[in-house]
Amino acid sequence: MENYTVERSKVELTKEDFVSDQMVKWCPGCGAHAILSSVANVFPKIGYRKENFCMVSGIGCSSRFPYYVNTYGFHSIHGRAAAISSGVKISNPHLSVWMATGDGDSMAIGGNHFIHIIRRNIDINIILFNNQIYGLTKGQYSPTTPMGSVTKTSPQGTIEHPFNPGELILGAQGTFFARAVDTNVRMMTEVMFEAARHDGTSVIEILQNCIIFADKTHAQITSKDLRDDHQIHLKNGEPMLFGAGKTKGIRLNGTRLEVVEIGKDGITEDDIMVHDQYEMDPGVHLMLAKMSPPHLPMAFGVIRSAMYPTYDDLVEEQIRYAKENSKIKNMDDLLNSGDTWDIE
Amino acid sequence: MADKKKKKIIEREDVVVKFVGDSGDGMQLSGTLFSDSAALAGNDLATFPDYPAEIRAPHNTIAGVSGFQVHIGSSKVHTTGDQCDVLVAMNPASLKSNLKWAKIGATLIVDADSFDDKAIEKAGYKTNPLDDGSLEKFNLIKAPISSMTKESLVELTTDNKVAEKSRNMFALGVIYYIFNRDFDTTFKLLDAKFKKKPGVAEINKTVIKAGYSYADHVEALASTFEIPRAKMEKGKYRNITGNVATAWGLLAAAERSGRPLFLGSYPITPATEILMELSKHKSLGAKVFQAEDEIAGICSAIGASFTGSLACTSTSGPGLSLKSEAIGLAVMTELPLVIVNVQRGGPSTGLPTKSEQSDLYQALFGRNGEAPVVVIAASSSANCFYFAFEAAKIALEHMTPVILLTDGYLGNGSQLFRIPKMKDMPKITPPLAEANDPNYKPYLRDPETFVRKWALPGTDGLRHRIGGLEKENIIGTVSTDPLNHQLMVDFREKKVQKVADFIPEQTITGEAEGDLLVISWGGTEGAVLSAVEALQKEGKKVSHAHFSYIMPLPKNTAEVLKGYKNILVCELNSGQFVNYLRMTNPEHQYKQFNKVQGLPFVVSELKVKLNEILEEK
Repeated sequence: MENYTVERSKVELTKEDFVSDQMVKWCPGCGAHAILSSVANVFPKIGYRKENFCMVSGIGCSSRFPYYVNTYGFHSIHGRAAAISSGVKISNPHLSVWMATGDGDSMAIGGNHFIHIIRRNIDINIILFNNQIYGLTKGQYSPTTPMGSVTKTSPQGTIEHPFNPGELILGAQGTFFARAVDTNVRMMTEVMFEAARHDGTSVIEILQNCIIFADKTHAQITSKDLRDDHQIHLKNGEPMLFGAGKTKGIRLNGTRLEVVEIGKDGITEDDIMVHDQYEMDPGVHLMLAKMSPPHLPMAFGVIRSAMYPTYDDLVEEQIRYAKENSKIKNMDDLLNSGDTWDIE
Repeated sequence: MADKKKKKIIEREDVVVKFVGDSGDGMQLSGTLFSDSAALAGNDLATFPDYPAEIRAPHNTIAGVSGFQVHIGSSKVHTTGDQCDVLVAMNPASLKSNLKWAKIGATLIVDADSFDDKAIEKAGYKTNPLDDGSLEKFNLIKAPISSMTKESLVELTTDNKVAEKSRNMFALGVIYYIFNRDFDTTFKLLDAKFKKKPGVAEINKTVIKAGYSYADHVEALASTFEIPRAKMEKGKYRNITGNVATAWGLLAAAERSGRPLFLGSYPITPATEILMELSKHKSLGAKVFQAEDEIAGICSAIGASFTGSLACTSTSGPGLSLKSEAIGLAVMTELPLVIVNVQRGGPSTGLPTKSEQSDLYQALFGRNGEAPVVVIAASSSANCFYFAFEAAKIALEHMTPVILLTDGYLGNGSQLFRIPKMKDMPKITPPLAEANDPNYKPYLRDPETFVRKWALPGTDGLRHRIGGLEKENIIGTVSTDPLNHQLMVDFREKKVQKVADFIPEQTITGEAEGDLLVISWGGTEGAVLSAVEALQKEGKKVSHAHFSYIMPLPKNTAEVLKGYKNILVCELNSGQFVNYLRMTNPEHQYKQFNKVQGLPFVVSELKVKLNEILEEK
């Protein structure tokens, strides 16, 4: 099958090629600044022509993103970025389409479009800013807000079970899922690069801090004293080790994952699972996506990257086939096809 | 063809035939075959399938009745016909629910075998209508269709199910006899349809012949009809439904504009056929996206429009409601977009398989903010082709969403369509921005048309951002400046109003002055024109203005409304267009004639209304 790739830049690009002239209006200290910086880092590295990048967003703090990068951009309406991006990519498969969205935009109002773009595996890179709160409307709980959280619309604490985005994505037959934290630009840049390389819908969940309405919401995972024990950075082909001295690891015990310590109770590195992001079966990827403290560390890096045909490639393939095999080559052919008759 | 006994031949200008039966009885196929044969015999025609919302409602019930009406004529056929001259009823329920559509004296051909006690009771009859004298005003032919179909097939099959399924062909044979049609074209169509199952074609042909020869022996069929050839414009013709014509009009616009076609759509009655039809034409480069919902349908189209496609979405009333917010986005971003609304009965789920014109307000006004869009309406199944083309031309050349209103009757109905040559279709020239244009600005406008340029992602030197937030004039950055907002609101309105310079002037059928001007819009043109023409023949001073361009109205609208004692606006809603005229042209008194029953106008009721107004002192 022909590959409908994006044209590469003839010149080497730099971060400056993607800097917009617009004032960035996120709150000082917002995690979104670091995400913007990571995108500006990674776009020149990806190497496509700068005109071939297209950034689409919905509504929310995250969705102001297109104004802050100098690409073709579309800041749309609440929840619909996935549907608009789909049209952009299907219409022109030679674009590298990126979508900026948040937990409200994609998990609530846009939930339907979000699961269907993933199911179709349209080649789009989705950056999901998960700050577990509605920021732009000033502090209401979102579908990812931890149960019991006190927010403007849950003065006694939320009584809703939150989504774990990774579970939702894999449940929707996601082919690519990665996770990163907004304080780690290197990690974000790395997974964004991997997302760009992946053919199909890539979702990157970024644990983002909203300094105003949900400050330290991810502290259990990101704070300096806890992060070594509460984060594991997965690398394809490498054992799942973590902790300050990489002395802890993940082992499959029966049907469950568990944390073990190297050297304790006869555990060696051979007992530790080795990460395979390319595994087609999503079973282990789902278990990894679900891991969270206190019993297990949260997984970061590329959790899943499975190869499936993309919707946009299949569209082009069907059109190519139809053009080669159909007798209808133009509108005159179509208008005169089937039963027609002349009236003198 | 069998030798025919000498019977009286009655020449008729036009005839309406209706086939009705249970939804599995194959009425649509009988109707289609008959209309094709009529077209080939040189008649003009219009057809309408009348099917229930249920796929297979309980057998022999009123809910499960499916019908197909064919109006054929020796002159221009404007409508699918008021009442029928011949009604073919395959079971008691279909007779009961359709008898009101038969003219007094009409020929009723019923499958007498289907009138058993159980079926009679299920249809809601107390006594057998074939025997109780209730049908004596009609020419009733009690044909034992089921048993004779079975009998005719003894040599070909013993499968009762096959005989049961072929009853429609027997009825068709009877109709062919009544209308002096030959079988050749139908047999060819059957051969083509059942290419891989020649046995099935053979069975159908045998049963048609059996029906024909049965009719030849029925004394009650003392006369047959002859419909002379219609005087039609020379050319090549085909039969086409409104929905297929709409789909083809969009494809034609894609070809003439050089922009690839993208349709984002979600299945909805009665618009789904547009989605299905375009799905077949990948060889013409059409990209068809069956979305997860109506919103994704239009949003994917907006994304495709941003990227340079001729982007379209097709829907019906409830779907248009769901698309409202996204239409506002297309207004704000000033992207070309065609929204086809095949109207049905509303509100809410309403009457999905029935037709209305009650989405006009929604099309004109159904959005938040000041959000003008162009609204046009097709008026016949065949001209859906030209109006779809026109909708795309306006959208692409004026960088605006265009709502094309058709309706269930136009969409599902069919008409003869004179095939155009693509080279005769107008060229479409979208205002594409040129690569590296140093003067390109997202909201820099053409000073005449107020149209902004279309800069496609991927083009060198034109990177820019658009979105739903208000933008600063010319440069396109986000702006909340009060005066800028006023300016942009005014520009968007002026841009849509300016389209009036590019559309045809309003025409009148009849004199420019008189006692009565009858106004219609959209799918009611045929019925209203027929009524007006009938009164004109009687010497009455009645004229007709049919509006296809609604927003904006043609420039000469105010002019054509002058000069009549009365103006009557006829529409299938509670008065949406008449109120729009009251708003836009308030200097006139308007009378209105409305019907909201999910049914089209019949010519007779319009004539009664028109005469009533003419007789007013």
